[in-house]
Amino acid sequence: MPKIDTSLFEIGTLDRLAAGNTVVHALDPRAKLVATLAFILTVVSFGRYEVAALLPLLVFPLALSIQAQIPGPYLLRKLLIASPFAVMVGMFNPLLDQTVLLHVVGTNVTGGWVSFVAILLRFALTVTAALVLIATTGFAQVCMALTRLGTPRIFATQLLFLYRYIFVLTEEGLRMSRARALRSFGHRGTGLKIYGFMLGQLLLRTMDRAGRIHRAMLCRGFDGEVRLNRHLRWRRKDMLFVCGWLGFFALARVFNLPQELGQMLLKVIP
Amino acid sequence: MHMADALISPAVGGIMWATTAGLIAHCSRKISTTLEGSRVPLMGVLGAFIFAAQMINFTIPATGSSGHLGGGAILAILLGPHAAFLTIASVLTIQSLFFADGGILALGCNIFNLGFWPCFVAYPFIYKAITGQNPSRGRIVTGAVLASIAGLQLGAFSVVMETVVSGISELPFETFVMLMQPIHLAIGLVEGLVTAAVVTFVWKARPEILSMARGVAVRTAPSFNGVVTGLAVAALVTGGALSWFASAHPDGLEWSMAKVSGKEELDAPADGVHGMLAGIQEKTAFLPDYAFKAPEHEAATPEGEAPAAWPAVDAGTSTAGILGGAMTMLLAGALGLFLKKRQHRA
Amino acid sequence: MSHHIVEVQDLRFAYPDGHEALSGISFRIHHGESVAIVGANGAGKSTLLLHLNGCLVPKQGMVRIGDFPLTEKTLPDVRRTVGMVFQDPDDQLFMPTVYDDVAFGPLNLGLPFDEVDARVRSALATVGGEHLAKRPPYRLSGGEKRAVAIATVLSMSPNILVLDEPTSNLDPRARRNLITLLHGFEHTKIIATHDLDMVMDLCDRTIVMHQGHILADGPTREIFDDDRLLDEGHLERPLSLR
Repeated sequence: MPKIDTSLFEIGTLDRLAAGNTVVHALDPRAKLVATLAFILTVVSFGRYEVAALLPLLVFPLALSIQAQIPGPYLLRKLLIASPFAVMVGMFNPLLDQTVLLHVVGTNVTGGWVSFVAILLRFALTVTAALVLIATTGFAQVCMALTRLGTPRIFATQLLFLYRYIFVLTEEGLRMSRARALRSFGHRGTGLKIYGFMLGQLLLRTMDRAGRIHRAMLCRGFDGEVRLNRHLRWRRKDMLFVCGWLGFFALARVFNLPQELGQMLLKVIP
Repeated sequence: MHMADALISPAVGGIMWATTAGLIAHCSRKISTTLEGSRVPLMGVLGAFIFAAQMINFTIPATGSSGHLGGGAILAILLGPHAAFLTIASVLTIQSLFFADGGILALGCNIFNLGFWPCFVAYPFIYKAITGQNPSRGRIVTGAVLASIAGLQLGAFSVVMETVVSGISELPFETFVMLMQPIHLAIGLVEGLVTAAVVTFVWKARPEILSMARGVAVRTAPSFNGVVTGLAVAALVTGGALSWFASAHPDGLEWSMAKVSGKEELDAPADGVHGMLAGIQEKTAFLPDYAFKAPEHEAATPEGEAPAAWPAVDAGTSTAGILGGAMTMLLAGALGLFLKKRQHRA
Repeated sequence: MSHHIVEVQDLRFAYPDGHEALSGISFRIHHGESVAIVGANGAGKSTLLLHLNGCLVPKQGMVRIGDFPLTEKTLPDVRRTVGMVFQDPDDQLFMPTVYDDVAFGPLNLGLPFDEVDARVRSALATVGGEHLAKRPPYRLSGGEKRAVAIATVLSMSPNILVLDEPTSNLDPRARRNLITLLHGFEHTKIIATHDLDMVMDLCDRTIVMHQGHILADGPTREIFDDDRLLDEGHLERPLSLR
């Protein structure tokens, strides 16, 4: 699990990026959500030895992130931070799958390596797509799009509240953690029992806070349903966006585009 | 224990998503009809609490290494199974979106692995059963520890099944299981002790919180037995059977797509199917009457059969593939630059 | 006539653990008055405030807000009349953006979209926070949070404003801004606070509480001149009177 105190900052960055003002930002959140989901499904549906065929799909996150002015280095950094997990498990493939699949420039490339690269590529594509979605839409809007597409309200509300209070609570946790660090030495003072006390205190305070929030909600007329006052309008732009990208994904899925391209080129080159 | 998208086949991912979505819908309905509005802020805030708790680590007694809390068991004890499930689902969703801890396709699996077992199996059948109406310190500790261990063991095993049935990672079943279960036994033990410590603290300081939570759980318990368990079991069984089938057509989707577009490469996969099936069955056979296959056998099997046969790569096509791939990258790069230039001008 | 009067008669309240927080409180506040409630920690200020908009319903004694005696049934009406700002703004700002938080109340009242929008803009304008509309709460400073919290209540158009420690944790500038803002309100104001200098600036009338009952209730200046009284209530003269 990445460290939260730096990652918290990253949530803030994503939020800031989401407040941007580009064409992409202006699209209906439902359109972006549907396109991203279709993208992820397409990527994941490829066979395990497919590498080249995946490449055209790079266009989706690339085009969106550039058009929405999301800094490339930022995305790369997030990718790198998250990559160890995919690397760790995919790592076994080259060891276990020794069948030679290709001969490239005189060397034998085994299926294991091909599938390893494919895993990494799929990982990069899906993670980037998710990040770009949040960075161009904002978490609250995504949650709202989710409800419009059928997610139960209570769950969407839960996501919003959770998101809202992560900062408050992790800050409290961080303060406790620092306070403990100042009074503990080596491994003394950081044991299980103390941890239990700390969490217990934090928990009781948290439940009290929940009570206060509920009270504040009641005071403003809360009747069980949380309402967001936003109007979503589905315009032609949004339709074009969704259809265009979905069409592209279907194309890239059915035809191995790089293969076709390469074959065409081979015919041309003497 | 979080799984990444890259390791799940679309079939497995899809089925687990369907199961999870069904569970989320069920829990949402349950909460809005039976519980009061005060649950709403409580669930959100407790989810945030789990995040905060995961940030603070502690040193594990014998080892000196550090550990932290997972949270499933505690949430189930404090909120009752349905609210806890939603809370866990929300925590995992945020982790997956913002910290890339697991992918979106895999989210369905993750929510199930980390949420279903603690909330609907470990909590009711182990924790509640042990602690009963009037918990004592000993019972709380035992209940928490056993429930955590059970929840994590089941979750870990689910991870193994999902990965193996997906067939993307080459890790053989036996190795994977031998890796996952013992590790998660240890993790479960630690998590159980932490859960016990926190719950005992709350119980001593404010016992009414626990009895209220228990009341909620009791009130909502009766129906879960019928609907949810039935739902989940049915989904799992059909899912298991379907994934089996789907993995047998290694990438069933690609296979049918290729058929549609009428390419020659098709014939190879058709032959390969049987070999694949055999391969899969050997990989996943774990019943006592079957002998465990040694891992090397795994690599040996594909030789005459499926993986070599499909995707029928030969020198000509592979060069074309690489050339085409390089061109695609160049084109993509050019597109990127073009868009960037437009940005600067605008 | 009983037009926006806040009336409390012999209010008593004990917490479940037996602690008696209020032991017979009585007072009457008229429309437009600006009243401070001061006292040591534990005097019962917060408990009293909670009764004023129905977070706690009186079991012994009576609370009357305008035309409504406070009971379970009249809660919605009372809550429309009395707007309460809590001590910790984080408890009050729980929606994804400032706009959503300020819109929360009006939406719950069932008002149409355009009306809600108008109210939100007007409330934010009053507290000087229009530029904050799209911000998530965690990106607000202490003073901004406080201002927005007030806006969340203003958008419901209450007649009576109840505030719990509004100047705590504010830097001098934010505090001054807040006092100026409150000065401009025509609502009836009931403010529980330790900030006695603010009381001097803002409130003509002060109620001193001590251990659950009222020690004194009268013009602010008189009360702050009475050293013996202040001492009994564990208070001191405000800095501006020394």
